[in-house]
Amino acid sequence: MSGRLPTGGRLIDRRLPVEFTFNGKRMEGLEGDTLASALMANGQRLVGRSFKYHRPRGVVASGAEEPNALLTTGHGRREEPNQRATTTELFAGLEARSQNHWPSLEFDIGALNARLSRFLTAGFYYKMFMWPRAFWKHVYEPVIRQSAGLGPAPNARDADIYEHSYATVDVLVIGGGVAGLIAAQSAAAAGARVMLIEQTAAWGGRAMVDGAVIEGQGAEPWVEATTEALAARENVDLRPRTMGAGVYDHGYVLAYERLCDHDPQDGAPRHRLWKIRARQIVTATGAIERPLAFAGNDLPGVMLASAIRDYVVNWGVHAGARTVIVTNNDDAYRTALTLLDAGLDVPAILDARDEVTGALPDEARARGIRVEAGAGIAKVKGAAKVEGVAVCRQGGDGTVTEEIACDAVAMSGGWSPVVHLWSHPGGKLVWNADHALFAPDPDAAPKGADGQPFVIPAGAAAGPGDAGFTTTHALASGAEAGAEAARRTGHKAKAVKPPMADDPAEGPLTPVWVMPQGATPEARGKMWLDFQNDVKVSDVEQAAREGYQSVEHTKRYTTLGMATDQGKLSNINGLAILADSLGEPIPEVGTTTFRPPYTPISMGAIGGEARGALFQPVRRTPVHDWHEANGAHWEPVGHWRRPYTFLREGESVEQAVQREVRNTREAVGLLDASTLGKILVRGPDAGAFLDMMYTNMMSTLPPGRCRYGLMCSENGFLIDDGVVARIDEESWLCHTTTGGADRIHAHMEEWLQTEWWDMKVFTANITEQYAQFAVVGPEARNLLEDIGGMDLSAEALPFMHWAEGQIGGFDTRVFRISFSGELSYEIAVPAGQGRAFWDRLLSVGKPYGIMPYGTEALHIMRAEKGFIMIGDETDGTVIPQDLGLNWAISKKKADFLGKRAQERTHMADPGRWQLVGLRTLNGSVLEDGAYAIGEGRNANGQQSVEGRVTSTYFSPTLGRGIAMGLVREGPNRMGEILQFTRIGAAPVEARIVSPVFYDPDGERQNG
Amino acid sequence: MAETTSALPGARFDGAVLIEEAGLRGMITLKGDLAATRLHSAATGVAGVDFPGQGEANCVGEHGLCWMAPDELLILVPYARAAEDSAAIATALAGTHHLVTNVSDARVIFTAAGPAAREVLAKLTPADLHPDSFRPGQFRRTRLAQAPAAYWMRDAETFEIIAFRSMAAYVFDLLVGAANPAAPVGRY
Repeated sequence: MSGRLPTGGRLIDRRLPVEFTFNGKRMEGLEGDTLASALMANGQRLVGRSFKYHRPRGVVASGAEEPNALLTTGHGRREEPNQRATTTELFAGLEARSQNHWPSLEFDIGALNARLSRFLTAGFYYKMFMWPRAFWKHVYEPVIRQSAGLGPAPNARDADIYEHSYATVDVLVIGGGVAGLIAAQSAAAAGARVMLIEQTAAWGGRAMVDGAVIEGQGAEPWVEATTEALAARENVDLRPRTMGAGVYDHGYVLAYERLCDHDPQDGAPRHRLWKIRARQIVTATGAIERPLAFAGNDLPGVMLASAIRDYVVNWGVHAGARTVIVTNNDDAYRTALTLLDAGLDVPAILDARDEVTGALPDEARARGIRVEAGAGIAKVKGAAKVEGVAVCRQGGDGTVTEEIACDAVAMSGGWSPVVHLWSHPGGKLVWNADHALFAPDPDAAPKGADGQPFVIPAGAAAGPGDAGFTTTHALASGAEAGAEAARRTGHKAKAVKPPMADDPAEGPLTPVWVMPQGATPEARGKMWLDFQNDVKVSDVEQAAREGYQSVEHTKRYTTLGMATDQGKLSNINGLAILADSLGEPIPEVGTTTFRPPYTPISMGAIGGEARGALFQPVRRTPVHDWHEANGAHWEPVGHWRRPYTFLREGESVEQAVQREVRNTREAVGLLDASTLGKILVRGPDAGAFLDMMYTNMMSTLPPGRCRYGLMCSENGFLIDDGVVARIDEESWLCHTTTGGADRIHAHMEEWLQTEWWDMKVFTANITEQYAQFAVVGPEARNLLEDIGGMDLSAEALPFMHWAEGQIGGFDTRVFRISFSGELSYEIAVPAGQGRAFWDRLLSVGKPYGIMPYGTEALHIMRAEKGFIMIGDETDGTVIPQDLGLNWAISKKKADFLGKRAQERTHMADPGRWQLVGLRTLNGSVLEDGAYAIGEGRNANGQQSVEGRVTSTYFSPTLGRGIAMGLVREGPNRMGEILQFTRIGAAPVEARIVSPVFYDPDGERQNG
Repeated sequence: MAETTSALPGARFDGAVLIEEAGLRGMITLKGDLAATRLHSAATGVAGVDFPGQGEANCVGEHGLCWMAPDELLILVPYARAAEDSAAIATALAGTHHLVTNVSDARVIFTAAGPAAREVLAKLTPADLHPDSFRPGQFRRTRLAQAPAAYWMRDAETFEIIAFRSMAAYVFDLLVGAANPAAPVGRY
């Protein structure tokens, strides 16, 4: 049984109790506890059930590497699944619940899965879910999928806010242990701009727990002094609770700062995601201890030796009263000595090595601890918790030599440097056989755009020094890494002189991948490698037997290392087993890929401010507020919001649209066309340039005149259309579609900058300079003349002309253009005058029955006139010739973008689908996108089709359905009747007609 | 002249820094040969400040010249002067290849003022705002979150930020969020 010790705990404050709950039960921890230490202090070692077999599981580790203690915390809008108890700082009122069990943590029906374990071995997903097919839906998905899982995703909207922050630094040091601290000191002393981040709340890493001796005393005074000195420097930014999540190309780093996880509150950001540009990065990320693979190593109470001493030293918590230590190295003896110092029992140290020398074992022996060399654990005794261990010879087959009663087991299989961040951007690893670990290969560092390395590992993360993982080595390599990073960023740097450290001499480690070496198959089926995904030694061996040789394939087949901990504890052990099974050396087998983030980060942090109203920018025209206040039913167009229609009391959307069309045709309508793109093109070569950009001739357009133009890509496809106005000798104003302004401006600039750089042409996107309103309908001219100002008569301003002048005191540019077929003036005013001008039009237009109309009325009116719409009649595969727009394609020009493409045989094929009008025989409205049914079946055995509907509306003007569509050789088949599909209903008949349904001679617009 | 309003008149938030919509400002886009003497004279004649180098902005009061691109300048003048000054520049540059256009109404201008201005902006913009890298006299065309934006510093604690008028509400809301007094960064 775990519990709180009467004394000790350097991170806790015993005067400050903190209440929390676990599975609804009230518990008390202390200020400074993690959730894991608080649970253990309350005797709660069982914290969850495993993924596949629902085995009881307890805390194994003390930090980011924890695979088991994943809990759901909070409730409602602060519910969060899969929080690692070991990295969750305790706060008053914390609610934690265990996961993946039913009906309760103590009694779990899913543990039956354990009995099915022979069916749930490596590759079971692939094998079982294949066959029989019906089982997938009725058995596997509902039953097995349900039983395998982590915490459920919360339903409520997140109560918290999140933010990003950008930083550019010379040197980013990741990891605030002694190596990171001294690296920051070295770099900062040279004058570099330094940021030092540490994932926990405390500085100093393992030094204090591991009994480091610096300048003749414990590490604490040096850590404190160094941290204070760094904090006092202007060129250093210290960030605790900030994890280096990912290192990317070009020194781009994501760091995850947890601002309020330890103190939830409204209004302050919970997490801050740092986006850092670092010229050099020092990874001082430490090392992680490896578990040992012995039967029953997953029982609650079996923990990493380092974690057991972390809990004692940092939080004054013990994992058990009697702890057996099992190890293959000297470091675990530190745990034995720590436990002894805390007054706890260590009945034996089982050391797999045949010879045990070294200062720490000597000290342990001197203090009376029994050290059993060449020994291992045959099996951990107990069902849901450790009750003892069965001892065996490591070199044997598991024959039990004795049993030792205990309630905790501290295991150590050696240490693996945390190479994740080094590896993210491509740093390579090298196998160190002496210490049985992969360490960064100093000759294969990640390189930046300049071909120079930009990551430097330091401390334990760089691998052991000559004397192993010593404080001396951490300090020396950190000091040098910081100086080197500063030098690479152009600073004159000398490593600061590391303080003197005193390290005990450690004996060599003996690699142990299976305990005991000759363990039976049955025992191997109880040795866990990946605790979170329930992968055992037997699974990896089976994968090898079944032919898996690549470590990446074995990983996917067995799911080893694929859990949320990314195999921090299991990867090396797993690949060593694989190597052994394949009879290959470990470095030949290699590691799997390390991918960011280092540990999972919140989705909220990734989104940052981009949520709710700020999810995406909404662009507003100068009269947006009026629209909003007057019933606008919005439609997104690009980033803009445009009124689809303006709803009046009691109207349906459809009714509103019909009203707007009728009113515009019969009286006068008002359209906010401000969103249309406006690109000014100017220069001596502007005419020649526009002749290339448009299919028709723009250079011949006289000043004062407008011309409708088409733009194609170099592949011949229609990409945009709009009215071009010649402003003066050298200037043209090109209107684009609403969504096309930025794209077409970029298209123009791309051609100017990359192909026609010798053309003297400047462009400017002036879309937003103007509010532009279309005054449309038979009363349009009367209304404008009532406001008074410039001459807008048919003689002074004929159709397809424009003029500048004042209307009602507003500075206007008036275009006589029409997209509705009605008498129409599009009037541009400076955006700042837009709202006032709109209000004036409405007030003066009142007697004429003026009504604003939305995009749907605009669409219907243009369709009644047979005008195409980019995005309806075009879809990226349509050329102007398909749309009967040959009149707008110049025959005189030698070239324009798309010309050659349009001459290709397929483009010139008379059998292409071409634009026609479609009139249902019964007057109904065709379905949008409906197909014209052709003869027979195509090569895929599907019904042949010979056309499709591109635009379809109920026309209030004509009182029936009208449509446009693309039909094979359509214009040659006028009068023919086609069958059009309907979803879930019989086809409907429609006749091919001219696409111009209304006023074919254009008398209304020309008036 | 008809009644003219800026994009978000009176918008103001007093948080970690003071965010304010700065009202109407005259802005003229000038494209041309930035090395040409005639262009220099035309621009400095209207703005009354020195011609800026690459990445720089010389701003005094409502006047200023901002370097936008190797062939583009942004000229700041009082709003009421913009049309007239544009015409004056066009006249001065007649016969040379250039483009001059009044973009005063296409923009919104905000100020962010206070000792925390750098770190507030750094929550939204990827540019390096460390005092060693960005000071009064410099100019950045960049973005704030998802919106294109440009800014310069009026003084050591005040940014002037220009964005497109249609995105005024989005940018203001961004700045208000970044100026959350409960979210100090403590970096600068």
